[in-house]
Amino acid sequence: MKYMLLIYDAPDTREIFSGPQHEQLMDRMNAIMDEIRASGEYVATQGLADAATAKTVRLQDGQPAITDGPFAEAKEQLGGYLVVDCEHERALDIARRWPLVSSGGIEVRPVMFDGGAEM
Amino acid sequence: MSGQGGVEDLLRPLTPQVLGLLVRRHGQFDACEDAVQEALIAAAAQWPRDGVPDDPRAWLIAVASRRLVDEWRSEHARREREERVAELEPAGEAQADVARQGDDTLALLFLCCHPALTPPSQIALTLRAVGGLTTEEIAHAFLVPEATMAQRISRAKKGVKASGGGFEAPAAGVEREERLRAVLHVLYLIFNEGYTASSGPDLRRGELTGEAIRLARLLARLLPDDAEVAGLLALMLLTYARCEARTTPGGDLVPLAEQERGRWDAAAIAEGVALVEAALPRGQVGPYQLQAAIAAVHAEAPTAEQTDWPQILALYLLLERVAPNPMVTLNRAVALAEVDGPRAGLALLASLEGDERLAEHHRLAAVRAHLLERAGERDAAREAYREAARRTTSLPERRYLEGRAARLVG
Repeated sequence: MKYMLLIYDAPDTREIFSGPQHEQLMDRMNAIMDEIRASGEYVATQGLADAATAKTVRLQDGQPAITDGPFAEAKEQLGGYLVVDCEHERALDIARRWPLVSSGGIEVRPVMFDGGAEM
Repeated sequence: MSGQGGVEDLLRPLTPQVLGLLVRRHGQFDACEDAVQEALIAAAAQWPRDGVPDDPRAWLIAVASRRLVDEWRSEHARREREERVAELEPAGEAQADVARQGDDTLALLFLCCHPALTPPSQIALTLRAVGGLTTEEIAHAFLVPEATMAQRISRAKKGVKASGGGFEAPAAGVEREERLRAVLHVLYLIFNEGYTASSGPDLRRGELTGEAIRLARLLARLLPDDAEVAGLLALMLLTYARCEARTTPGGDLVPLAEQERGRWDAAAIAEGVALVEAALPRGQVGPYQLQAAIAAVHAEAPTAEQTDWPQILALYLLLERVAPNPMVTLNRAVALAEVDGPRAGLALLASLEGDERLAEHHRLAAVRAHLLERAGERDAAREAYREAARRTTSLPERRYLEGRAARLVG
């Protein structure tokens, strides 16, 4: 089963990651990446530019309209994602070990697949 | 010369023969497996262009052996290895090995499904080393990057090496039985991966069902007296037989009761039924035979209404005893509802509500929805269908379940 780890940043996450803890945090992240690449569980990952660069498209009166800023008005914003192919427990374990700082967090969601069992 | 499929059909059955022979002669499963894989890739490129060699097996052995030589030359212990290489492929000797091919293939299967490996590693290695699929093909089938699948295979081979087991299959006894169960489970997982994917647009994933059936057939030829091997092959054939009927052209799921039975594959059903009928009286009743027997009862009913549900219920009771599992109980609840009515089925479901293994599973909610609908509780059924729709991770299942819920509105 594939899981997407949606990695949410706190307002100060990127600042903390660039600060004195930079190396230690990156080491922890790279250790996980090395491990899941070596084990054959890694599928895909991307980090996103700051939420300040986001534009959002929504329907207004039935027409798509573009506004500045991210979709949700929340302090925590999506900062990147990681897709892994493994058991549920293992995906949660990877999330637990991710270098989280401040009020950031990770949402673990199964990826839907285009097949199905007989009903 | 036929197309790509033609060369693949030729190469895949030869893979375990060639690999088995090399491993038996030289040991070093890891290096031999790489060499055979490269020989397969070379053959897939050259044969369609230059024609198939007179003796394809000898060609593969020669090319894989050359690859091994190159590998060894680049290593330190060059001289010693070159002496072994000198005696690598005496002409004509290959024929003498024919009798050992079966043993070799079996030994390879045991090795690839070694209990020290995780199921994804077992699956990947089996498809490559015994199935003769390339890493790229396996990666496509499992929708992961090729580098990921290559790592999975490389890790599996390291695991095989670290397990320290020899190439020979374990002799008859408890260990052999356990190892064989692991092999059957891996083939079952490969089949399921392909089967659940076969309604999707990616045909290469669906191909896994055919590959699993081919490997199960091979195993059934090697172990003709094993009732569970026959049971697994029968289960695959009887399930595969419904493949065409279980989805609409648009990819929507069609439940068993509503399938057009004329579209079931009669030849696959006949073969599956014959296999399970021959296996069951042998007395070594196991979960694959019982599941195949259940599939056979469905297959033999001319219409859904004529299904012999008491027989299916009895088989599920037996299966629950042989291999207790909440999913089996869930299926028994469906059969019980057909025999004694939906309330009886719902009462059995209630006993599963606290089971952590099922609590969040969409199947529990989907079955509850189905039974509530049959009991005439439309509102509760609609809610249960919606809950099941939220829980499933399959797009077609979600569409199906939302559709059932929508029919109960108003």
